[in-house]
Amino acid sequence: MIDIQNVTKVYQMGETEVRALDGIDVHIAQGEMTAIMGPSGSGKSTLLAILGCLDVPTSGVYRLGGESVEAMTDDQLADIRGRKIGFVFQQFNLLQRTTALDNVLMPLSYQATRGRERRQKAEEALRKVGLADRMHHKPNELSGGQQQRVAIARALVNDPAILLADEPTGALDSKTGTEIIRLFQQLHQDYGQTVIYVTHDPFIARHTNRIIRLADGKVVSDEPVAEPLAAGTPRPSELALAQH
Amino acid sequence: MNLSENFRIALRALAANKLRSILTMLGIIIGVASVVALMALGNGATADITAQVQGIGSNLITVMPGRLQAGPNQGSAQAAALYYSDYEALAKTMKDVAGVAPAYQSAATVTFEANSLTTTIVGTITAYVRLRNYEVALGRFPTEAEQQSGARVAVIGSQVAEDLFGGLSPLNRQIRIKGVPFTIVGVLEEQGSAGFGSADDYVMVPLETGYDKLYGAAAMDGSRRKVSNIILSASSEEAVDSVTAQIDRTLRRQHALGLNADADFTVLSQTQLLSVLGQITGVLTAFLGAIAGISLLVGGIGIMNIMLVSVTERTKEIGLRKAVGAKRGAILAQFLVETLVLSLLGGTIGIGLGLATAALVTASGAITAVVTPSSVVMAFGFSAAVGVFFGLYPAWRAAQLRPIEALRYE
Ligand SMILES: Nc1ncnc2c1ncn2[C@@H]1O[C@H](COP(=O)(O)OP(=O)(O)OP(=O)(O)O)[C@@H](O)[C@H]1O
Ligand SMILES: [Mg+2]
Repeated sequence: MIDIQNVTKVYQMGETEVRALDGIDVHIAQGEMTAIMGPSGSGKSTLLAILGCLDVPTSGVYRLGGESVEAMTDDQLADIRGRKIGFVFQQFNLLQRTTALDNVLMPLSYQATRGRERRQKAEEALRKVGLADRMHHKPNELSGGQQQRVAIARALVNDPAILLADEPTGALDSKTGTEIIRLFQQLHQDYGQTVIYVTHDPFIARHTNRIIRLADGKVVSDEPVAEPLAAGTPRPSELALAQH
Repeated sequence: MNLSENFRIALRALAANKLRSILTMLGIIIGVASVVALMALGNGATADITAQVQGIGSNLITVMPGRLQAGPNQGSAQAAALYYSDYEALAKTMKDVAGVAPAYQSAATVTFEANSLTTTIVGTITAYVRLRNYEVALGRFPTEAEQQSGARVAVIGSQVAEDLFGGLSPLNRQIRIKGVPFTIVGVLEEQGSAGFGSADDYVMVPLETGYDKLYGAAAMDGSRRKVSNIILSASSEEAVDSVTAQIDRTLRRQHALGLNADADFTVLSQTQLLSVLGQITGVLTAFLGAIAGISLLVGGIGIMNIMLVSVTERTKEIGLRKAVGAKRGAILAQFLVETLVLSLLGGTIGIGLGLATAALVTASGAITAVVTPSSVVMAFGFSAAVGVFFGLYPAWRAAQLRPIEALRYE
C-alpha cells in the first residue's frame, strides 16, 4: 500500500542544509498498524507529512496504492487526501470560532456526500471519539484532549483507508489516551484501516503490530511487535502500583 | 463541489469571523458612501448655480465697460466707459435682437422713516425688466409716461421691502433715496439666492429720473451720459454669436477702435458666463471628487489592512482545507464568494448611506444633491475591485503552497 524508497527531505536554512529525512525506505501493507518512534527532531513529523501527501520529498520515490505520488498534480493530491487519508496534526489545527461539528463537517464539504448524510457521518465520528455532548462547542471551549479528539473525528469522518496521527495521545491523560488507542485498534480491526501514528511513549507504541524507529532522518530499526497490547492493558508501572 | 456548496462554505467562514467581516465591509461602506454623497453635493451645487444663471434668461447678452480679463492694460479698463449713446447706437443698428436696455447702477442710502440701508440703485427702462424676466409681486412697474417724464417712482426688491418696511405694505409709501423722495409703485418677486447682485437688493428707478435727480456728475462724461451696462436679448439661441459679433462691430465704431485694438468693453453671453461658471464649479466638483477619492483610498486601505492582518490565519485555514481534500479551485471559489459578498453587501450599504446623506442635505435646503449613476458605479466598482483583489490575492498565493507549508505559515 505504502511504498517509499530512498526518500530524502532537505530544508535549506540559509547556508546550512537540514536533512530532516536522509534516505528512508519503508513499506507498509494495507491494514498494518504501525508506530513511528524516535527522538525529537529525528524526522517523524516530516515523514508522516510526506506519507499523508501534505508535503513532497526532496528526492526518492513514493508509491501509494501503486500510484506514483511525485507525478501527481496539486489537485490529484488534494483528491487523494480528501478520500483516502485522515490526518491528525500534532497541533490539532482546528478552525477557531467554529463548532466541533462544523470542524468535522468541513472535509465532507469537499466531497460529493449529501447534506443529511454528512451530518450523520460527522455526528457519528464525534460519537466515536466520545464527544457526542460537545458537538456545538468551539475549540476555545474545549480542553486540549477534547480538541485532540475533534481533530481525530475530523480525520475519521471520510472513512479514510489510511489514518495518520502525529502524537495523538501526546496531549491526553493516560485514560483518554487509552481510549483513543482503543478506537484506533477498533478501526484497524473492524474496517481494516491502515493506522500509522507517531508517539514518544513506548507503551503506546506497543499497541501496534510494528514499530519503526528514526534517528537523524534515518530508519534505525523496523521491527514487528511480538505481542501487541490490547487497549486497556494497564501500564507496567500502574500494575506495579496496583499491586501495592 | 458546486456553486451552492461554495456559497455555504464562504458564508459559514464569514459568519465565523463576524468582526473581521464587519471591519472589511466598513472600509467599503465608508468609501462608497463618501463618494456617492460628495459627488452628489458637487453635482447639486453645479446644477443649482447653472440653473440660476439660466434663469436670468437664456439668450441674454451683457455688455460691460472695460475688459473682464485682468490683463496688462488694466489702467485703460479703469477709464473705459459705456455711454447712453452706445445704447442708442445698438438699439438702432442691431438685428436679431428681442430687446436692448441700458442700466446705470450706483450705491445709495435709502431711508424710510427711521429705517435706512445702503443698497444698489438701478436706473433703467421698461425693456430691462422684460429682458431680465422680472415680475412684480405687488403693484406695478413704472409706466412709459413715468419713464419719459422722469417721475420719482421706484420698484424695490423683496429684501429691501423687508428691511425697510418689515410687515408693512410698501405700496404708495414715500422713501428717500439720497434724500430725494420717491413713491414706491411696486415690489419685485423674490428671486432667491441668485448669488451675484440679486434683484432682491435692488431699488429700481426710471433711468431718466436717475440722471435727473440722483446720479449727478458721476454719471456724466462731459455732456455724455454713462451707463453701467447694456443688456440685449438675442432673438434665438442660434443668433447669440452673430449678435455678439454685431455688438463688437458697433461698439468699436462708437469708440473709434480699430479691429485689432483691444476692446474697452466686454460682451458676455450666457454661454460664456456658463462656461466661466462651469470652470468654477468644475474646480468645486474636482475638489469634492478629490476628497471623495481620498475617502475611497482610505476605505481601500482599510479593506487591505483587514485582509493583510488576517493573512496568517487565512493561510493556515487554506492549508488545513487543502489538507483535508480541498482543491485550489474550491479554495479560490470560497474566497471569491466571501469577498464578493462583503463587497456587494458593503457597497450596497455604502450606496444607501450615501443616498441618505444626499437626501438629508437636500432636505436641509442647503443644496439639492444630484446623485449621478456614474459616481455610484465608480465607487462601487473601485471598492469591489479593492476588496476582491486584496481578498483573493493572498488566498491565491496560499492556495499555491503545499498544505504543510501553509499550515506552518507565520
Ligand atoms: N519547515 C522546516 N524548515 C526547516 N527545518 C525543518 C522544517 N521542518 C522541520 N525541520 C527540521 O527537520 C527536522 C525534523 O523535524 P520533525 O518535525 O520531522 O521532527 P520530529 O521527529 O517530528 O520531532 P518532534 O518529536 O519534536 O515532533 C528537525 O531538525 C527540524 O528542525
Ligand atoms: Mg513532530
